[in-house]
Amino acid sequence: MSYLNLSHLEKVFGQNRVVKDFTLGIDKGEFISLLGPSGCGKTTVLRMVAGFEAPTSGAITIDGQDVTGLKPNNRAIGMMFQAYALFPNLTVAENVAFGLKVKGVARDERAARVEEMLALIGLPEMGARFPFQLSGGQQQRVALARALAPRPRVLLLDEPLSALDAKVRVSLRNEIRAIQKDLGITTIFVTHDQEEAMSISDRIVVMNAGIADQVGAPFEIYNRPTTRFVANFVGTLNTFDVSVEDPGLGRVSLAGQPLTVPGLPDGARKGDVLPIALRPEALRLGQLPGAEAVLPAVIEDVHFMGSVIRLTARAAGAQLSMDTFNRADQPPPVPGQTVEISLSGRDAIVLRG
Amino acid sequence: MSRLVAWAIFLLGCLYFLLPLLGMGEFSLRMRRGEYSLDAYRVVFADPRFWETFGYSLGLAAATIVMGVVLVVPTAYWVRLKLPQARPFVEFVTLLPLVIPAIVVVFGYIRLYNTSSFLPLTGSALGTDILLTMGYTTLALPYMYRSVDTGLRTIDVTTLTEAAQSLGAGWFTILARIILPNVMVAVLSGAFLTLAIVMGEFTMAALLNRPAFGPYMQLLGANRAYEPPALAVIAFAITWGCMGLMQLVTRFSKHERAKA
Ligand SMILES: Nc1ncnc2c1ncn2[C@@H]1O[C@H](COP(=O)(O)OP(=O)(O)OP(=O)(O)O)[C@@H](O)[C@H]1O
Ligand SMILES: [Mg+2]
Repeated sequence: MSYLNLSHLEKVFGQNRVVKDFTLGIDKGEFISLLGPSGCGKTTVLRMVAGFEAPTSGAITIDGQDVTGLKPNNRAIGMMFQAYALFPNLTVAENVAFGLKVKGVARDERAARVEEMLALIGLPEMGARFPFQLSGGQQQRVALARALAPRPRVLLLDEPLSALDAKVRVSLRNEIRAIQKDLGITTIFVTHDQEEAMSISDRIVVMNAGIADQVGAPFEIYNRPTTRFVANFVGTLNTFDVSVEDPGLGRVSLAGQPLTVPGLPDGARKGDVLPIALRPEALRLGQLPGAEAVLPAVIEDVHFMGSVIRLTARAAGAQLSMDTFNRADQPPPVPGQTVEISLSGRDAIVLRG
Repeated sequence: MSRLVAWAIFLLGCLYFLLPLLGMGEFSLRMRRGEYSLDAYRVVFADPRFWETFGYSLGLAAATIVMGVVLVVPTAYWVRLKLPQARPFVEFVTLLPLVIPAIVVVFGYIRLYNTSSFLPLTGSALGTDILLTMGYTTLALPYMYRSVDTGLRTIDVTTLTEAAQSLGAGWFTILARIILPNVMVAVLSGAFLTLAIVMGEFTMAALLNRPAFGPYMQLLGANRAYEPPALAVIAFAITWGCMGLMQLVTRFSKHERAKA
C-alpha cells in the first residue's frame, strides 16, 4: 500500500467523462508529475485529491486514511496555484502564518516557523511586505512557503510556473525540487511542459483524455513509451516505415538495409509494414562505426541552439530531425548539402496502437 | 472649439448643482434681518430634539450597516462562488426596494407584526426599532449589494477561497479574514450610502412613530423658515464628511493601492 492512493477515480461533468478509471499509488516523499495536453483532466485529478471536486466514483487514501469524503480544510494538504493566490490583504509573513493560525499554533511558535519558511525560500527579509510589492517569482515562492508552513501530508502544485518567465521558471522548478527533497514531502505536480516534468520528477504520469496512459520514471517514459500517444507527446520522434523480415529475431528492413529492433509485436509476420520511431539523438551525422544502417539524407534546415545543433533533413522518404553537439572545429552542414546518417535498430521504438 | 463647448457644458452642470445649494446656504444665513448670521444654526443646535433624533437615527444607521454587512457580504460571496448563474436573479431581488415604495413595505410590516400578530414587534419600542432597522436594511440593500459585489469582482474569489480552504480555514475564517478585509473599501462605501439613506428617511420612521431625524426635519420644515435650510446644509456637510472619510480609508489601506 502506497502513502497516497488514488483508486479507480472517475469524474463526470454532465455528459463529459473527464477522468476515467484513474489508479495511481504514490510513495511517501515521491515527486510525481501529471503530464498531458490541455483538457486531459490533470487539474481535475489534482482537485479531487485536494477535495475541491468530489469524485463521481473511486477512492483516495492518504497514509491509510480514506479522505474521499473529507472537506478540503480537513485533509492537511498544501496547494500551490498557477495564479499565486496570495491573500492581498495580508503581509508575506501573515500569509505564511495563515495556516498555522487556523491550526491554533501559539504565537511564538508561529513566528519561528514563519521565519524558518521564509529562510527556506530565500526571502528572509520580505516578511513585512505585501504581495503586490513582490515579483511573480517571489510571490510564487511565498505561496510555496505558505503551503508548506503547516506541514501538510501532501503538496499539490497546479502549473505553478506557467505564469513566470522562462529563466525564473527553470530556477524556481529546481528550487521547488530541492525543497521537496529536503523535506521529503509527497508531491503531485501538474504541468503540460514535458521538459519541466522530466527534469524534476521521480515518476511521470502521462495523461491522455482522462486516462493515465503510462506511468514511469522520466528515462523510461522517454525511451520506452508504451503507446503512440506517449511517444509523440514526450519529446520529438522520427518515424520510418519498415518491413518485417524475420519476426522471431526482430529483423526488419529500412530502405533495403537490415535492422534488428527490440520488441516487435507478437502478431507481426514477414512482409508486414510497421512504423518505428527514433529520437533525434539516436540519429548520427556521418558514418559511425558499429551503426547498423547508413542512409543518405539532404539537409533542409539548421537550427543552431548553442551546445546542441538541431538539423532537419529528408531521408528514406521521411522528414527527420536530429541533434548533434556543437564542436568549435567542425562547422555544421548547410541546407541543401547531402550527408550520411547512421542509425541502429536497438535505439528504435516500435510503435503500436 | 469642442474643448470650449465641453467646458461650457461642465460649467452649466456645476451651476445646475451648486446654485440651489448656494441659494439655500445663503438663505440659511439670513435669519437676522439685514445681515448674515449663524442664528439659524444656533437655534437648530440649541434644540434638544435635534440631538435626540440625530443620535437616534445615527444609532439605527449603525445597526442597519451591521445588519447589511452581515446579510450582504456572505450572500454576495456565496453567489459569486457557488451560484454564478443565479446572479441576475439575486441582483433583481436586491433592486426590488427601489421599485416597491417604502409605504407599501411599512404597511406590510404593520399588518404582519402588529400587537395581535404571532410576532408583535410593534408592541414595544425595542421591537419597533428592530423592525425599523430591518426596513432600513431593505432600503439600503440595492446600494450595499452593488458596492460589495463590485468589490468582490476585484479579487479572485474562487482561488483565494480554495487557497484558504487548503490551509485548513472554514467558512467563517475565510469570510472574516480574507473576503471581508479585501472588500472593506466597498463595504465602507455601501455603509456611507446606508448612513445617508437612514439619516434622511421619513416614511418608515414616521409611520412606525419613532423619533428619527427624518420626521424631525419634516416637522421643522413645516413650521419654520430659516432653520430647515440650515439643517439641510448640516446634512450636506455630514454627507461630504463621509465621502472625505471614504477617500481617507482608501488612501490608508495599503494593499488597496495595488489595485488602483
Ligand atoms: N467544473 C467543470 N464543469 C464542467 N466541465 C469541467 C469542469 N472542470 C473541468 N471541466 C472539463 O474537464 C476537462 C478537463 O479539465 P482539466 O481542467 O482537468 O484539464 P487540464 O488537464 O488541467 O487542462 P489544462 O492543461 O488546460 O489546465 C475539460 O474538458 C474541461 O472543460
Ligand atoms: Mg489545468
